[in-house]
Amino acid sequence: MPKRLDVLICSGAACISNNSQLIRKKLEEVIAKEGLQEEVAIIETGCMGPCELGPVMLVYPDGTFYIRLKEEDVEEIVKEHFLKGRPVRRLLWETPEARKIAEEKKQIPFFEKQFKIALANCGKIDPENIEEYIATGGYEALGKVLTEMKPEEVIDEIIKSGLRGRGGAGFPTGLKWKFTREAQGNEKYVICNADEGDPGAFMDRAILEGDPHAVLEGMAIAAYAIGAKQGYIYVRAEYPLAVKRLEIAIKQARKYGLLGKNIFETGFEFDVELRMGAGAFVCGEETALIASIEGKRGQPKPKPPYPAQSGLWGKPTLINNVETLANVRHIILSGASWFSSIGTEKSKGTKVFALSGKVVNTGLVEVPMGITLRELVYDIGGGVPNGKKFKAVQIGGPSGGCVPEKYLDTPVDYESLKELGTIMGSGGLIVLDEDDCMVNIAKFFLEFTMEESCGQCVPCRVGLKQMYDILDRITRGEGREEDIELLEKLGKEIQTTSLCGLGQSAPNPVLSTIKYFREEYMEHIKERKCRAGVCQFKKEEKLETAIEKIKDII
Amino acid sequence: MKLEDLRRIREKAEREMKLREGKARIKIIVGMGTSGIAAGAREVLKVFLEEVEKRNLKDVIVTQTGEKGLASHEPVVEIHEEDKPIIVYGNVTPELVRRIVAEHIVNSNPVSDYVIEVRE
Repeated sequence: MPKRLDVLICSGAACISNNSQLIRKKLEEVIAKEGLQEEVAIIETGCMGPCELGPVMLVYPDGTFYIRLKEEDVEEIVKEHFLKGRPVRRLLWETPEARKIAEEKKQIPFFEKQFKIALANCGKIDPENIEEYIATGGYEALGKVLTEMKPEEVIDEIIKSGLRGRGGAGFPTGLKWKFTREAQGNEKYVICNADEGDPGAFMDRAILEGDPHAVLEGMAIAAYAIGAKQGYIYVRAEYPLAVKRLEIAIKQARKYGLLGKNIFETGFEFDVELRMGAGAFVCGEETALIASIEGKRGQPKPKPPYPAQSGLWGKPTLINNVETLANVRHIILSGASWFSSIGTEKSKGTKVFALSGKVVNTGLVEVPMGITLRELVYDIGGGVPNGKKFKAVQIGGPSGGCVPEKYLDTPVDYESLKELGTIMGSGGLIVLDEDDCMVNIAKFFLEFTMEESCGQCVPCRVGLKQMYDILDRITRGEGREEDIELLEKLGKEIQTTSLCGLGQSAPNPVLSTIKYFREEYMEHIKERKCRAGVCQFKKEEKLETAIEKIKDII
Repeated sequence: MKLEDLRRIREKAEREMKLREGKARIKIIVGMGTSGIAAGAREVLKVFLEEVEKRNLKDVIVTQTGEKGLASHEPVVEIHEEDKPIIVYGNVTPELVRRIVAEHIVNSNPVSDYVIEVRE
């Protein structure tokens, strides 16, 4: 029976680690005590976005948005709000811009500029209940392609939509489908790349946790388009909640006949299995990922042949990222022209970003392509906290680069970010302020890629280590005059000679910080000065004082 | 499962989730301040929920609000309908709820004897 209040508790990993489960338990208790069980529904959803403010809770029909809940707040909320209709104002979001309490979720600037496609259901439905997904039009798109469209028509629609891979490289998704369809072979596979490894990026996890069926449906549509019967989701074992919800989703989809044989009685068959990755960063690279599924060591292979020709077990294989697949059903249902009306000329649709670092509102946001970095950082992110000065925004994780203030009005799309020396990447977006040292930031990311290098090719294995050592001595105050040029030379060589994307992009954080913040490197080397006060230099002693000291001792 | 089966599940599940859409043709708001509850607003609200369910009214949601300052007329119920003035009922009883649902919500004829305010 429908209730009069739907209480949505965020059960994304961030809110769970902030004890949202305790809140839920307490809610159930108090609601039972007040005899409201028949009137109030409690629903656990995926990530709602503003992770910084967790645990968060959304109460419909009014859209009341509670933040930073504690167990002891629950009784008051139930008695005042659920029973008497008076929202507990002290627990609502006071937006700093307006110094105003937002009575409804839609009044909150953090949500206002967002446009949700891939995250449409995250924070709105119970991800462990397939019927809630179906209520949002779930599996309609699969029904439509199976009953009304030829595989070629599906591929055409995806090509026309302009959807590009959301894992980072931005390859046109429809073309990938076309190449895999056209490849020779009667056995083909679909793989969902859920090996999200960039530090600070968690959009794929949020989708898997919050709307797992959208990914399954995207895979099934892709399978129909390319002619595959079997799919694999390669997901990190460090994402236990995502794994659990995927397992539930697969089980439910099988039970409802939406995976398995003869789907919608059309004769089409497709099933999905999970494969757990142990967490090597390089396994996000598609050929390494395939090797890992095959039970081999996760190392990339030279391309061509591309997976579309020879992928899993040598068969033609389509490999798409989680966020890419989550867009598919919306394109089928609302049409390619709708999707391509959003975004810029070459980058269509939306992109999910994980906002973190020195920004007021951290969390997950989905915005139309073409939004400016300034809007992302200031309007949605709420700007830099504590009155500090903005310095740069780091985009694209360890494969990306830093963008300084003067380029903040750049529209976000694949091409313009590349021009700035960074990449869209998976969508990590870290805001840096005056207290961040750019040399140290570059060192941080390089340390990550150096450690994650698989060691197969020399430029990546040896080159990154050399770059790291140089950065390390600069941050210790032992940098040499020629170090900046050496870093640039090494970086460019590693970019052009590495085997896979890891090595090809690993120098980006270093090269982009040199490009925009060269003076900080110079200060470290020439003046032994770190303007952010991050790097600690040993004091140099003059020879005379040292002799004096020794004399004292003698 | 056939496509028709999917649509049947969808229809049923949509009904369960309509609160989250935030849009409904008619919103029934029961005043649930202390005096409203003392005058029987809880029972009134429950009967509204039951009636809406029984009649399978898809675009109607039932919700509550705080004190409205009409203590002598509690329980007070407001009916918000798109593009129409807000109709406020006073002294609502479970029997009246059934009449409001049958006459006003379903057949668009407000139960005028109990209307205490019409707000544009």
